[in-house]
Amino acid sequence: MHAGIIFLLVIVGSILFHIFTPWYWTDIASNWGGMDSTITLTFWVGGGVFVAVCLFMVYCVFRYSHKEDRRAEYKPEDKKLEKILTWATTLGVCALLAPGLIIWNQYVNVPKNAIEVDVMAWQWGWQYRLPGADGKLGTTQVRNIADNNPFGINPDDPFGKDDVMIESDVINLENNRPVKILLRSVDVLHNWYVPQFRSKMDAVPGTVTFYWFEPNKVGEYEVLCAEYCGVGHYAMRGGVEVQDKADYEVWLSEQETFEQLSARYEKLNVDGNKLAKK
Amino acid sequence: MSDEYDNNKSYQAQSSEVLDGSAGSINPDMDYVRPAEIPEQDLYHAHSFIEKWIFCQDAKVIGVQYFLTAVFTGIVGLILSWLMRLQLGFPELAGFMTAEHYYQFVTMHGMIMVVYFLTALFLGGFGNYLIPLMVGARDMVFPYVNMLSFWMFFVAVMVLMASFFVPGGPTGAGWTLYPPQTILEGTPGSGTGILLMLISLSLFVIGFTMGGLNYMITILQARTRGMTLMRMPLTVWGIFTATVLAMLAFPALLVSAIMMTLDKVLQTSFFMPTILKAGEVLEYGGGSPILFQHLFWFFGHPEVYIVALPAFGIVSDLISVHARKNIFGYRMMVWAIVGIGGLSFFVWAHHMYVSGMNPWFGFFFATTTLIIAVPTAMKVYNWILTLWRGNIRINTVMLWCLGFIVTFVNGGITGIFLGNVSVDVPLSDTYFVVAHFHMVMGIAPLMVIMGAVYHWFPLVAGKMLSETLGKWHFWITFLGAYSIYFPMHYLGFIGVPRRYFEMYDSPYMTSTVGMNEFISVAAFIVGAAQFILVFNIIKTLKTGKKAEQNPWKANSLEWYTSTVPPEHGNFGERLPVVHRWPYDFSVPGAKDDFIPQTTAPSEVANTEVEKT
Repeated sequence: MHAGIIFLLVIVGSILFHIFTPWYWTDIASNWGGMDSTITLTFWVGGGVFVAVCLFMVYCVFRYSHKEDRRAEYKPEDKKLEKILTWATTLGVCALLAPGLIIWNQYVNVPKNAIEVDVMAWQWGWQYRLPGADGKLGTTQVRNIADNNPFGINPDDPFGKDDVMIESDVINLENNRPVKILLRSVDVLHNWYVPQFRSKMDAVPGTVTFYWFEPNKVGEYEVLCAEYCGVGHYAMRGGVEVQDKADYEVWLSEQETFEQLSARYEKLNVDGNKLAKK
Repeated sequence: MSDEYDNNKSYQAQSSEVLDGSAGSINPDMDYVRPAEIPEQDLYHAHSFIEKWIFCQDAKVIGVQYFLTAVFTGIVGLILSWLMRLQLGFPELAGFMTAEHYYQFVTMHGMIMVVYFLTALFLGGFGNYLIPLMVGARDMVFPYVNMLSFWMFFVAVMVLMASFFVPGGPTGAGWTLYPPQTILEGTPGSGTGILLMLISLSLFVIGFTMGGLNYMITILQARTRGMTLMRMPLTVWGIFTATVLAMLAFPALLVSAIMMTLDKVLQTSFFMPTILKAGEVLEYGGGSPILFQHLFWFFGHPEVYIVALPAFGIVSDLISVHARKNIFGYRMMVWAIVGIGGLSFFVWAHHMYVSGMNPWFGFFFATTTLIIAVPTAMKVYNWILTLWRGNIRINTVMLWCLGFIVTFVNGGITGIFLGNVSVDVPLSDTYFVVAHFHMVMGIAPLMVIMGAVYHWFPLVAGKMLSETLGKWHFWITFLGAYSIYFPMHYLGFIGVPRRYFEMYDSPYMTSTVGMNEFISVAAFIVGAAQFILVFNIIKTLKTGKKAEQNPWKANSLEWYTSTVPPEHGNFGERLPVVHRWPYDFSVPGAKDDFIPQTTAPSEVANTEVEKT
């Protein structure tokens, strides 16, 4: 008897925990509300099945616990029941899969007006690059990376000249404008993840991966690395500041382009040589 | 349940003209079982202590050897989990632990528990002990290879443990061993540690192949007379299908281990692209880190079912025996096992939705993954429908089974979250994943292992484990484990990433400190509770009550051996002949509430047994 009661308490406890938990979603700050709704839907359907199965089990424990003078029913199969259960399950699974796939379709199709952000990861940090006035990022190569070319931009690529270099682990984004995050890594796997944006993708050395979102709440957010990348993984942080258009443009105008950065280094070099000559 | 041997024989006796079940009234026509096709195998009997207990060819001894070795590694894994939880819950008490240590513990805990504990325990342990007994064979078909299999496993474990003692320590790459970090500095144990891990895995695969061939061929070729495939206990079906999966999946692990070894030792670039490290471009180029992930998960996902399917099979048998009722929908259960096994090779990339593979794969793998939920759900329904209208003994074994149902359904449902590609995006790489897989492939199979230990201990040792201690063991383990992993899902909702040395706690989110302390305390208690079983076993072996033969009144052949515990050769002079499935419980008209598989139809002619 008490076995059944304890199992019942476990189920009731689980439901109560879910209702009263203080630990739940961090407030969303992007367009991916659909992911949250699909989770909620899955909670209702899946949670319903969990509770139903467990309650039925508890009922059986109460109702059919062993008595010497009773015998179990002998019925090896019930084709009809099995058929009903199969189809009901299939239906439930389809109901969950459909919204999941619809949202995935949105996730992999980036809106045309999205601004591209090159997120470059290494052990253990982040830096960012934005396309300049031409709206296009210059091509890159790991072998080009040097002090005067922190992103490894191909020097003869005309699209690279006006690229905006952000040698900081904090990036500013414009509110309500879709962002296409282009991820690359120079060493191992990383993953640029902001819990409030819900979205993530691994950065893989040797290739460029992407995902997109549209921030919709002005504020500061923390970037976490979500793919294990060695001992510094847990400390690999960055930041995002989502700003209104006006503030964002002020910030953008203060950033250095690749051309300016190259010029600065050249000057440093010339000055350095002069110093050496003296 | 069609039966090729007995197609034109009827078991359905007409009660008016039938003789009752007394011996000597065997009806030769009704009881016909096709004669054996091949003579019995010769057994090599041990001549010395070493041959009997160390280099032994008896599958039962090999099973126990596998079991004990796996339990030893499991205890190491358990201690590692304590250390991890100490760091996460009470970092101020874990000052001795660096991030390097933590990641090494995480990695070794994961690899040990999945491969060296669960896989070895289910297939090497239960498989070896139960397959020959349950199908009515004298031993595995290749006893010598079977012995080599265990010793190869043993060496693999030793190599793995040795990595704790080499310079730099064991690998800390995470159990998934994702390159490039696995073999680069910046990951602990990227020198000798990772090499020993790869060697150990390769040895494991080689040893396991020797065992696996034995399990498969014994089940296919050495079943006793009358033991048709559709009369096999589901335990055997589960182990058989899992073994087939292992034979097809482990080679992918082996090749990826070999390729990674080459990348490490000879600077080949199977998985290594151009890499910039500390300002220098390394001597790699052109390789694909994602290729490794595909190979790893092509092994890794079937691996989940290599653990789960034997658990499914065993728990079906335990529930049926202790509910005194036939397993509901046996054929559906068999096809569900086979179907899940087949499908498990088409879902691997659901571990890689955010890996950077072509995102269009997501549609395919989400669909296949959710399809696999259907046969899995059918199995769950059939377990609870077996309880329904049963006559359920609420003993220790049944408690573990009930605990399995709760944890497995819980973990299965969270699997639907993670399998459904776009829902996986916010949850992947968070504690939701950790909670999910521990619930579904850690705790749930562990519940079955424990149930199976309490169930078969009287057979293996000839003594009954203490029920009181067993119940304490169960309740502490079940309630404790549930309170570790159920709340942990909510850390994932917050967005707390996994594999963080310092548990992520930020002003941007709800604080997780309280929950982490609670989870750690629960983990210490659950771990400690496992020693109740150790104590129970030692006490029972010393002073326990002697078990009668077949104490649970089960039907399957392992309980009908000539001696308890069974000796080498299992069945005395004559092998048993099988006339029915193992689930004839509570048959109307029968004297007892069980009819052993060896009972001829004419002996129970006045019962309403269905043709099986």
